[in-house]
Amino acid sequence: MDIVIIGLLLGGTYALIAMGLNLQYGVARIMNLANGEMLVAGGFTAFWFYTAGNISPLLTIFIVAPVAFAANWLIYRIMLEPLVRRAKSRGQLEVDSILATFGMSFIAVGLMLAFFGGDYFNYSFLAVPVTIMGDTYAQNRVVAFLAAVVICAILYAWITYSRTGLSLRAIAVSPESARLAGINVRQRAAIAFALGGAITAVGGALISSFLTLDASAGVAFTLKALIIVIMGGVGDVRGTIIAALLLGVVETLVASLIDPGLTLAAAYTLFILVLLFRPQGLFGRKPT
Amino acid sequence: MMMKRRTALTLGAAAAASLAAPRLALAQSDVVKIGAVAPKTGPLAGGATVTQWPNVALWANQVNAKGGLMVDGGQKMVEVIEYDDQTNPGETIKAVQRLATQDNADFIIAPYGTGFNIAAAPLFDRYKYPQLAVSAITDQIEDLSSKFNGMFFLLGSTTAFVSGVVDVLKGMQNAGTLTGNKIAMVNVADAFGIELAAAARPLFEAAGFDIVYDTSYPLGTQDLSPVMKAAKAAQPNAFVAWSYPPDTFGLTEQAIIEDLQVEAYYTAVATCFPAFGNRFGAAANGILGAGGSNPDDEKFKAYAAAHMDVTGSAPDGWASATTYASLQILEQSIAAVGLDREGVTEHVKATTFDTVLGDMSFNANNFNERFWTVGQWQDGVYQGVGETGREGAKAVQLKQGWA
Repeated sequence: MDIVIIGLLLGGTYALIAMGLNLQYGVARIMNLANGEMLVAGGFTAFWFYTAGNISPLLTIFIVAPVAFAANWLIYRIMLEPLVRRAKSRGQLEVDSILATFGMSFIAVGLMLAFFGGDYFNYSFLAVPVTIMGDTYAQNRVVAFLAAVVICAILYAWITYSRTGLSLRAIAVSPESARLAGINVRQRAAIAFALGGAITAVGGALISSFLTLDASAGVAFTLKALIIVIMGGVGDVRGTIIAALLLGVVETLVASLIDPGLTLAAAYTLFILVLLFRPQGLFGRKPT
Repeated sequence: MMMKRRTALTLGAAAAASLAAPRLALAQSDVVKIGAVAPKTGPLAGGATVTQWPNVALWANQVNAKGGLMVDGGQKMVEVIEYDDQTNPGETIKAVQRLATQDNADFIIAPYGTGFNIAAAPLFDRYKYPQLAVSAITDQIEDLSSKFNGMFFLLGSTTAFVSGVVDVLKGMQNAGTLTGNKIAMVNVADAFGIELAAAARPLFEAAGFDIVYDTSYPLGTQDLSPVMKAAKAAQPNAFVAWSYPPDTFGLTEQAIIEDLQVEAYYTAVATCFPAFGNRFGAAANGILGAGGSNPDDEKFKAYAAAHMDVTGSAPDGWASATTYASLQILEQSIAAVGLDREGVTEHVKATTFDTVLGDMSFNANNFNERFWTVGQWQDGVYQGVGETGREGAKAVQLKQGWA
């Protein structure tokens, strides 16, 4: 039982990491390789507020979210929209955005290095045990998990029931047809990208309470997010959540019952199985 | 065709010469160029930022404040050329090549990390640069130094490090503070962790310890709670982790959360970092870690104060001072024999140097045999408790809870 709970807690962390990328890739069609850097930047901000002003990361996220939203909106408008405008096909946009954001990730690492230095940073926030069903868990992980649940629930409800959410889903399915239905694709895609960035940064702020980060730690998170998004199905919030939880539980099962050295192997085996038997992802639609 | 190529070559050479000429002239007149290559990005950047880069900056700052290096009776300012190897051995090699052939560095500071030093050793050797390797722990010292004449090892060997830990635990057992012989041992699945764990298994057994839990986890593991839960379930008397910085923090946090009850708790790299003490505060008390120093030594105190003053951060309790000592050795050798690289190598082999760690000299295998092996957080200070010939080791304390 405790294995499942640890796995779910880890999966919640993964969901936080992958949710932002899913919006950016699924809706805005930008395969953002600088996603992990946004996460680390969110973590840095939380670290800074906590050490300088003793402000809880749970409050910092309300500062991080709007700032990251604005920053990502600007990045999309200034840097990525020209790529979208000139791209003749989805494939070309993917290649262009991968190259552009790959470069962006280096700039982001350099900027963070200049502002914060290359040192490891972490702080002690709620690093106390909490007992659930007779077993102990780290309170900061439980809090981050609960926050992930809340964020995912809000996001899911918003995308499923709001008018803007409906238009985002329409864009995810087919940007061309969405435009014919009177949806301002450019504006909505910018919102999706900015929202994705904001969620990633919030995830970073929460994760920083229990992980040790440094300026160049972002790429590991980008890779994890990529696996989860592709496993869950591009553009599908449910798929991302399920895939993240699945990955968390499988990794923990393998670490606890077989060997911690095999967690990476387990993660990639799961990934390969999904790619082999459901290449469109768990919740993805088959391409027509 | 042949002609054309030759013309192009000549033109190229002329262009290169004209570009390089002013810099060369400068180099010969009043500057000693020191190359430095270590990670500023990538997985080891956090460690290099604490241990390597601040000491390069501190040393260059101090030398230039004195008016420069003593060279052939005169003084020359130091110019440091820095490259980021992105924690990628291929980049390390490229950077060393570039420093040797394009930047015409007079000397190159050894890279950061065991694998990186070994990867760069053939190039250091080809261009006859002395390689004063600090952040490189291996059991192949004899083999490497026989292949690469100018490669020196300052920080210690794998077996010596493991023996240090075994001795500390054995000592605690003899003193009655360690009441059993059960050890839980984990290691990061990376050259460093694997080599140390492999060396530790027979040594622990020979000393009469029983390894009740033995596992590895991949570098960059984000959730170490399964590892710590399993280690706790094995009910060990001592916990030993051959770990790297992020997991040193991660394991310790999990140990606190799981309330791991052991009489000795050891994590390897980064236990001696100031950030570790700041992060865990009172809970750090009694934690054993790789390497040490004598913070009460006057020389060390002066060094730590200057480190704080110039770089704005405190040195770590282990390899920081050794890195600085390697630069002191370089400085003293240049003062003695000038900028002749092979001359410096021979001088380093033959001389006893006065460094921040005390006297330092090398044996026939270019190996500094006197170093710190184990340290421990005691009342907020990281103290050396195990050494092979250094003075000022403190008595080991029992790990008493996590409060």
